[in-house]
Amino acid sequence: MLKRVVMMAAALLAAGTAGAQEAGGPQLLQAGNDITNIDSLQRGARNFMNLCSGCHSLQYLRYNRMAADLKISEADLKANLMFTSDKVFDTINSAMPADAESWFGKQPPDLSLIARSKGTDYVYSFLHGFYADKTRPWGVNNLYLPNASMPHVLLDRQGMQKPVYKSESEGGGATMELVGVEPMAPGALKPEEYDQFVRDIVNFLDYAGEPIKAKRESMGVFVTLFLLVFFVFAYLLKKEYWKDVH
Amino acid sequence: MAATPDTADPVKSTGLLGWIDQRFPLTKLWREQVSEYYAPKNFNFWYYFGSIALLVLVNQIVTGIFLTMNYKPSAAEAFSSVEYIMRDVDWGWLIRYMHSTGASAFFIVVYLHMFRALIYGSHRRPRELLWIFGCVIFVLLMAEAFMGYVLPWGNMSFWGAQVITSLFGSLPVIGGPLLEWIRGDFVIADATLNRFFALHVVALPFALVFLVAAHLMALHEVGSNNPDGIEIKKTKGADGHPLDGIPFHPYYTVKDIMGVAGFLLVFCGVIFFAPTFGGVFLEPANFEPANPLQTPPHIAPVWYFTPYYAMLRAVPSFAGTQIWGVLVMGAAIVVLFFLPWLDRSPVKSIRYRGPIFKVALAIFVVAFLVLGICGMKPPSGIYPMLAKWCTALYFAFFLLMPWYSRLDSTKPVPERVTGHA
Repeated sequence: MLKRVVMMAAALLAAGTAGAQEAGGPQLLQAGNDITNIDSLQRGARNFMNLCSGCHSLQYLRYNRMAADLKISEADLKANLMFTSDKVFDTINSAMPADAESWFGKQPPDLSLIARSKGTDYVYSFLHGFYADKTRPWGVNNLYLPNASMPHVLLDRQGMQKPVYKSESEGGGATMELVGVEPMAPGALKPEEYDQFVRDIVNFLDYAGEPIKAKRESMGVFVTLFLLVFFVFAYLLKKEYWKDVH
Repeated sequence: MAATPDTADPVKSTGLLGWIDQRFPLTKLWREQVSEYYAPKNFNFWYYFGSIALLVLVNQIVTGIFLTMNYKPSAAEAFSSVEYIMRDVDWGWLIRYMHSTGASAFFIVVYLHMFRALIYGSHRRPRELLWIFGCVIFVLLMAEAFMGYVLPWGNMSFWGAQVITSLFGSLPVIGGPLLEWIRGDFVIADATLNRFFALHVVALPFALVFLVAAHLMALHEVGSNNPDGIEIKKTKGADGHPLDGIPFHPYYTVKDIMGVAGFLLVFCGVIFFAPTFGGVFLEPANFEPANPLQTPPHIAPVWYFTPYYAMLRAVPSFAGTQIWGVLVMGAAIVVLFFLPWLDRSPVKSIRYRGPIFKVALAIFVVAFLVLGICGMKPPSGIYPMLAKWCTALYFAFFLLMPWYSRLDSTKPVPERVTGHA
């Protein structure tokens, strides 16, 4: 009987994880980030604040919470990571005016929860997915978000990529299907360096999506250990009481 | 009291307890409901889920109270207030995850609790009303969970509510006005959120607690069933207590503490290591605020509704209306209420039933799980066909039961319970 319950749970879990991946579009790259890596989080915060926060807010994350969690001193925070007149207890807002929609066709979205709604792999892939496309306003399109309205902010770091098509001829007409991207012009960073650069940003956004995550998981270990000990005592107590039941 | 002493079992208490007992039947209630409630001694693994369901109910109420202290039931503030709880309220994340994980745990526990009744015949005479109370609890729980899911005001909250409430709109004649009356607006909006909040935190919990009390009173009146499906009250000892019965307290209180410890290991494992459970307990699309202009790529209810949602989608529209799917989904719940009278087997427990019931039950369980998976998937490929077949199997299990349960062979049922776990 117990086996059946375990099988049921396993089936549900399998169905769930399969469902999460089934968004369609090209296969996502693996972010492989680690929210317990403080160095990576600090670099990600630096990258984000310097390159992303001009347009994208983190409206649910406060500067001082970020500094405390990422072990950044208040002096460092103010000197290197705060570029607006915000106070340390404010949330991270962007300098984007309300009519930014007329610049980009879309208000740059808040990224507080992007790692939770779209997933870290998606963000990591998205930042790897820009390719040259003359038909788009900023000269770039994105493999993972077709007709994205965002320019390739990391262009000088990654370099430009070009699209890879697979031609399919069916029913007389030939169609070109976009299947991937490949390097076209090199950037300032080597591919591995760029991967790590993006991974740090994704790691930081993973943290920003749920600041308690790393602490939650480390607390979970102690909770589990306590419950295991509690279970043993509960079992022994039950055994003692049930001695006389035959 | 003194003139007509209750000689069978007088309450002899002194001091403060004595003072209370003369004015309120505290000791009497304790004895009748707990310390002298004789339960069969052969409860197995499946019998943990009743007490665990009670624990989860308490968890939902207590964490719910604390969530309410910081949650703002308005379309403009609801989503932000949940993030405020997750980030700025001390231990708010834990309270929220206990509540959200508790919702899924409630359904897992209740589904297993109902399955227990199914395999050991706990719905059979004289426990029909106990089963019906349980079915009403299940229906209320679904309403409670549905409305609770709307409150975070994420995009899946919004669109899920839009889809589910629109079911009422498919009713002929009254559909349109009824839909508007339920939503309080032409679409899911601030008014809907407010009324769902009121129902979720006041009306439905109140009704649930009342029904759980009635469920327990009915249980203690007729006595618990057991894995052998025999009535322990038939063989009583000289002291008037069932020979195969043991007092609920302390035997089952200590045993249930062990069950609770086991449950908490799993429950806390989810809370601390996988609170979204891979997007099943908390869906990714719900981390985006409600947006009436942007439909999520794939709208699916939370996992515990998906078997019924799959049935809804499995039925095609006919004669220009979608009402048939709604009726089938409703019938899938209503049929549960009739289970005590559909089952005509001379024995209660699966232990003494023949192969027909065992095969039928196995098919039913598989069909229910497959329906659950179909409801999570987009209605394309193999899933619509699977859902149709499994819907048919779900109903066949119940509607053919009067025949196959009677035809089935049985094994002789012992006089006394067989051992204990």
